[in-house]
Amino acid sequence: MNPAWNTRRRRKNERLARVSRLVRDGRFEARDAVAVLEELIEPGDRLCLEGNNQKQADFLSRALAAVNPERIHDLHLLISVIGRPEHIALFERGIASQVDFSYSGPQSLRLAQQVADGRVRVGAIHTYLELFARYFVDLTPNIALVAADEADADGNLYTGPNTEETPTIAEATAFRDGIVIAQVNRVVDRCTRVDIPGDWVDLVVVADRPYEIEPLFTRDPELIGDVQILMAMLVLRGIYERHRVQSLNHGIGFDTAAIELILPTYGERLGLRGDVCTHWVLNPHPTLIPAIESGWVRSVHCYGGELGMERYVAARPDVFFTGRDGSLRSNRAFCQAAGLYATDLFIGSTLQIDRDANSSTATLGRIAGFGGAPNLGSDPRGRRHSSTAWLEMTSSDEEIRRGRKIVVQLVETFQESGVPTFVERLDAVELGRSAGFPIAPVMIYGDDVTHVVTEEGIAYLYRARDIDERRAALASIAGVTKIGLGADERRTQALRQAGIVAFPEDLGVRRSEANRTLLAARSVRDLVEWSGGLYDPPKRFRSW
Amino acid sequence: MIETLSYEYPASDSVQHRAHVGVVASGNCEILLEPAKDGCASIVVRTSVSGFGATWQAVLGRFFTRNPVAVQIEINDFGATPAVVSLRLEQALENAR
Repeated sequence: MNPAWNTRRRRKNERLARVSRLVRDGRFEARDAVAVLEELIEPGDRLCLEGNNQKQADFLSRALAAVNPERIHDLHLLISVIGRPEHIALFERGIASQVDFSYSGPQSLRLAQQVADGRVRVGAIHTYLELFARYFVDLTPNIALVAADEADADGNLYTGPNTEETPTIAEATAFRDGIVIAQVNRVVDRCTRVDIPGDWVDLVVVADRPYEIEPLFTRDPELIGDVQILMAMLVLRGIYERHRVQSLNHGIGFDTAAIELILPTYGERLGLRGDVCTHWVLNPHPTLIPAIESGWVRSVHCYGGELGMERYVAARPDVFFTGRDGSLRSNRAFCQAAGLYATDLFIGSTLQIDRDANSSTATLGRIAGFGGAPNLGSDPRGRRHSSTAWLEMTSSDEEIRRGRKIVVQLVETFQESGVPTFVERLDAVELGRSAGFPIAPVMIYGDDVTHVVTEEGIAYLYRARDIDERRAALASIAGVTKIGLGADERRTQALRQAGIVAFPEDLGVRRSEANRTLLAARSVRDLVEWSGGLYDPPKRFRSW
Repeated sequence: MIETLSYEYPASDSVQHRAHVGVVASGNCEILLEPAKDGCASIVVRTSVSGFGATWQAVLGRFFTRNPVAVQIEINDFGATPAVVSLRLEQALENAR
């Protein structure tokens, strides 16, 4: 017996030797991209494609979708976000037949069709952190296709404000003898800043056009209505003020944007500046500008960047994590870990909630996934540092006790289409069954949810003594949905007395105040003004 | 097509003033409220979205159970969610008291 311990390295070198005629100084030409991929990739490879909900390695994904499926087929695709049409084309053409992912928002309908047609098998729908973790255990990529702004002659990469998950993918691949290929917007003599060291990178190609990026976290204040403002007031009084929440994450959506925009007005009047909402785990939301400018925010760590926020962020290095070049350093893995372990509160919206407060954004016919929400919206059992807010979630005064993360679901009782948010049974159950998943794709499990907020009030679920009381509390704020109509008026009164349910009047929130004059900025233009002209919104958000 | 719905509820309380809240805009509604004397609340809903009679009845029924006020209310609805309608009703009442 003379076992070989370096088969992976040997195979990697063999693969790279096959493309040597197309490569000079670690670089190949854009026109050779399809040929390089066809030579390097082998059928059945685990291939990690950098496609997240913001930055996309779209030049490389287009090249991959154009390879000959007779040569390259049955790949196991690892991708955090299935976001582009050619991602689905990989399944349609038989190039990939298995996928592990986190989120598929824009392609959720087409993905469900591919699954139903048997063209692709879904390993699992993961959280971001969970998927990244598996890259280091049983889903280590053979090949990674990533995107960066700049490369230098040594293959060092600069990713600007959009570092996101590039270092994570590159590390998992490079250190187990996989091949890392980077598309870059340009080659430079010296990188503006080194985000990924060159010896993690095998090949570089200058893309035909800069990588695609989506302004996913920009919410136009014009579109925030009075109901959202009412719910924001409830959250500020009934949760942030009451529990003294200092570190937090806000989901993406108008409901949480409304909270950000009433901090400098309503929050200021309540005297909460400096006491709550000081440390954030959040992308650079434009709607946070007024709170930052008013001195509410001490720090913000970001998963990714946000188009138009570059100059503003660079001008506020005391608040944001920035490099020596001045621009934002984002990192999705670290930020997700921060959101899991170091924040006291997560608040977000959803499409459906059942009577036990399980929630899901899955709807029939769409396999959408959930990105980071399940990590952010869960209690980390391994947390060992305490804070006022964390300890408030426990009533125990025993010698040994643990606190709990505050997990808030913030929803209107009905969606705009008249569809109820509170349902007898999540669509996720049927969706999971029809897609053949072993578990239903639940976004946030009910037993992790501490508070549910609707326009009717707040259910303090963590205070409920048993499952029956928990359900009664939830029903009492579920409005005129079927679940809400099942609430008993007298029991609701008793729950209000016991502090398990609070209506606006119980919290001193006046509904007549819930209107747009409470928003510190009422338009994107107002946000630009707050930023002193540093925020440069994408064209689609400019009405002037 | 505008659908017109009418509802009546018994009332034991009264209010002082008229109130006008909300706006005529998509996804919103306008509510005109005036005090009534006869121990009865009467509501007329004109809505651009038909087929939601049961929801209107549930929203209004719940509101007047909690707030048995003698008022005459006119609602012009342009696809407001139950949340918006409830908020407007509560706002109208706060202003009328």
